[in-house]
Amino acid sequence: MPIEILMPTLSPTMTEGNLVKWHVKEGDAVGPGDILAEIETDKATMEIEAVEEGVLGRILVADGTEGVAVNALLALLLEEGEDAAALDAASTAAPNPPPPAAVESPAEATPEPQAAPPPAMEKGDRVFASPLARRMARQAGLALDAVTGSGPHGRIVKANIEAALAGGAPTPTPAKAPAAPPAAAVVPAPTLETPGMPPHTELPHSAMRRVIARRLAESKRDAPHFYLTVDCHIDALLATRKELNQRSPAEGAEAYRISVNDFIIRAAALALRKVPAANAAWTDDAIRLYQAADISVAVAIPDGLITPIIRGADGKGLAEISRAMKDLAGRARAGKLMPEEYQGGTFSISNLGMFGIKQFAAVINPPQGAILAVGAGEPRAIVKDGALAVATVMSCTLSIDHRVVDGSAGAEFMAAFKALIEDPLTMLL
Amino acid sequence: MAEAKNFDLIIIGGGPGGYVAAIRAAQLGGSVALVEAEHLGGICLNWGCIPTKALLRTAEVFHLMNHAGDYGLSVKEVSFDIAKTVKRSRDIAERLSAGVKHLLKKNKVTVFDGHGRLDGPGKVVVSAGKKKIASLTAKNIILSSGARARDLPGLEADGKLVWTYKEAMVPETMPLSLLVVGSGAIGMEFASFYRTLGADVTVVEILPSILPVEDAEIAALARRAFEAQGMKIHTSATVTSLQKAAKNVTAVIDLGGGKTSNLTVDKVILAIGITGNVEDLGLDGTSVAVDRGHIVVDQWLRTGEPRIFAIGDVVGPPWLAHKASHEGVICVEKIAGLADVQPLKTANIPGCTYCMPQIASIGMTEQAAKDAGRKVKVGRFPYLGNGKAIALGETEGLIKTIFDAATGELLGAHMIGAEVTELIQGFCVAKTLETTESELMHSIFPHPTLSEMMHESVLDAYGRAIHF
Repeated sequence: MPIEILMPTLSPTMTEGNLVKWHVKEGDAVGPGDILAEIETDKATMEIEAVEEGVLGRILVADGTEGVAVNALLALLLEEGEDAAALDAASTAAPNPPPPAAVESPAEATPEPQAAPPPAMEKGDRVFASPLARRMARQAGLALDAVTGSGPHGRIVKANIEAALAGGAPTPTPAKAPAAPPAAAVVPAPTLETPGMPPHTELPHSAMRRVIARRLAESKRDAPHFYLTVDCHIDALLATRKELNQRSPAEGAEAYRISVNDFIIRAAALALRKVPAANAAWTDDAIRLYQAADISVAVAIPDGLITPIIRGADGKGLAEISRAMKDLAGRARAGKLMPEEYQGGTFSISNLGMFGIKQFAAVINPPQGAILAVGAGEPRAIVKDGALAVATVMSCTLSIDHRVVDGSAGAEFMAAFKALIEDPLTMLL
Repeated sequence: MAEAKNFDLIIIGGGPGGYVAAIRAAQLGGSVALVEAEHLGGICLNWGCIPTKALLRTAEVFHLMNHAGDYGLSVKEVSFDIAKTVKRSRDIAERLSAGVKHLLKKNKVTVFDGHGRLDGPGKVVVSAGKKKIASLTAKNIILSSGARARDLPGLEADGKLVWTYKEAMVPETMPLSLLVVGSGAIGMEFASFYRTLGADVTVVEILPSILPVEDAEIAALARRAFEAQGMKIHTSATVTSLQKAAKNVTAVIDLGGGKTSNLTVDKVILAIGITGNVEDLGLDGTSVAVDRGHIVVDQWLRTGEPRIFAIGDVVGPPWLAHKASHEGVICVEKIAGLADVQPLKTANIPGCTYCMPQIASIGMTEQAAKDAGRKVKVGRFPYLGNGKAIALGETEGLIKTIFDAATGELLGAHMIGAEVTELIQGFCVAKTLETTESELMHSIFPHPTLSEMMHESVLDAYGRAIHF
């Protein structure tokens, strides 16, 4: 069965879009992260990336087609071993709703962070396990978070690892994120809970889900969050982006296609350099000020999310950031990141703009001190020189751990960030 | 009129299992009755561990005095008084028994001096001789009646010429020649004691090796050391009959391969095993199961009968005081409904034999590990390579460690030499914490001590020993 490429929903209000241009031809081999096509909506231009590997079998909607309905079938991707005959059957079949991860951009995400436990022990974040249990788990690729301890005070001991391995519940470490979510167990009738509940299915917790649950609950519980929101005018940024992208070679290793998110990563990194107090983490003994801006960017993946890191983003150019982000996001979705590519980071960005979210507040990714939540860039009425005008405005909200960063430092950071976004040429300095 | 009383818990047997269980139960707020027929502290304290250690200390000091010249000392006319030696041993046992009595009193445990017997659900009668002295009731009952030396047909102890451990501990005169039947810990401790004091000692063991539960390499080293001291040892041999004369016994020893030998000795010590005290406990009519002389229990020491538990020697090997005490604590904490109670792991119970040289071990022997299909890394470190051992004049001995090659799990540790019975606890802690070779290697062992050999043995398992 060929994989269907459908018209994505880029915002809640979107009902149709224009297919601007295909980036691949029929017969081209594509892999996860490859850009397939450019889609234009009333609000923005977006790229569709391939999620799966395959060969583009047939294009059903040509370049320049306007008013293509959401969920319409755009093209068919042949999986390995499939031949073109499969295309005829599939192209007449009714399209299914789009897989959410088929949407573009390196940064579609929810505000949750990092999907793996930090490699080292942090206070309050400690999994109690015997040295032998740790080693056996490591050898078996078993995440300790997924194991219930039966030793003294719930310590994980050898017997628990043996039981977990024997019980067929080996939870792959997040580094090898499972391609498919665990099979849902159908519960035929509610028996345990309140009477009258409808039948339901239960999704067993994956290791990643447990980590997300534990770390984010810990963050909300322990880190006193406060929030600072600014509206950034991004018309100049969009113009700069367009101009830069036009200068890209048509193809080859030097080609680039910078996204708005790439600008945001660079701006945040430069703002952190200007306001080092915001590039900080809480530890029980001290506030840790980082000397480089390693930006964790939340990326949604099939059964959770993960935060690949652009290391030293304050020292990287836009094209470099853009290429690195595409590579990381593609491999994140394919579950092929190395632990060092998503563990760590000094500051996080979560961008839900492509879903049409105007503004939101993200949960801090501990032990980091702050996370930037980016909304959609949209035309809004503004007051300029005492008169109403229209500008493309993007709202950004910084969530800050008040133990680490005070209000004034946070505000200073947001001011620096806004200045860079609104005057993008300064980012090139 | 017999006294009638109700308790939360009744414990039958006041040995190291029973009295420790009683104190722990009292700590947890329970009202506890402890029924003991003979001596508080049980065999361990009165007729086992403690008095033998007192005797062996005498033997050790005697040995050192005989070798005073090695240390630059001169001692003239070294001799011993067996009566005084025995008295010292008995005094120590009495002192400790009194100590247990005091501890029980302090913890408000009610002690009944008599024989306890189940008498229907939740009931125990206590009798002294034929007189019923108390009738007790309780929600829960723990049986910790212990064990006693086993007889074999043709090899029955008479307490005069053929001894069990009990008579061997209180000799009136020093036997000049002695046959020890059985080479487990009890047999070898007496063999070593009497040999050190000058008796002509022969040991007969039915299995191919002495100290059959120990690692074969350690047992072989022990045998060499004993034989160098002049002990005669026959393995894969059996005593087929004992012919008693007025003042001596002639044993017929089947040496295997059709060879027999006759040996005439002053005394024979039987140390051929232990059997549980399961008789006269009132088990008939209950669902308490008994298998080959021992009460059957699960990991929480529950018998087949609800609310009746059993701990210690009466539930089977290893017959060790520390195992009994530990079971007592587990059992009581489980009854009290404490969270976080951990079942006993046999592989983590150490065993000590206080002969000269001492032997101590925990966990799997090398052979057992291999039989279990484990790929192992084995480390060895000899006393000869340790500064403290040389300074002590104790250059004989070996510390052997066995690790799982795949995971680094410490599977076993086996030691022979001076003070190994004091050293073994380091490996007990390591095993209980489930450390791997890495944590042991990273531990800093004090210098100069015998314990450095433990470190070196671990290093040696990975080809990293420094001093040898």
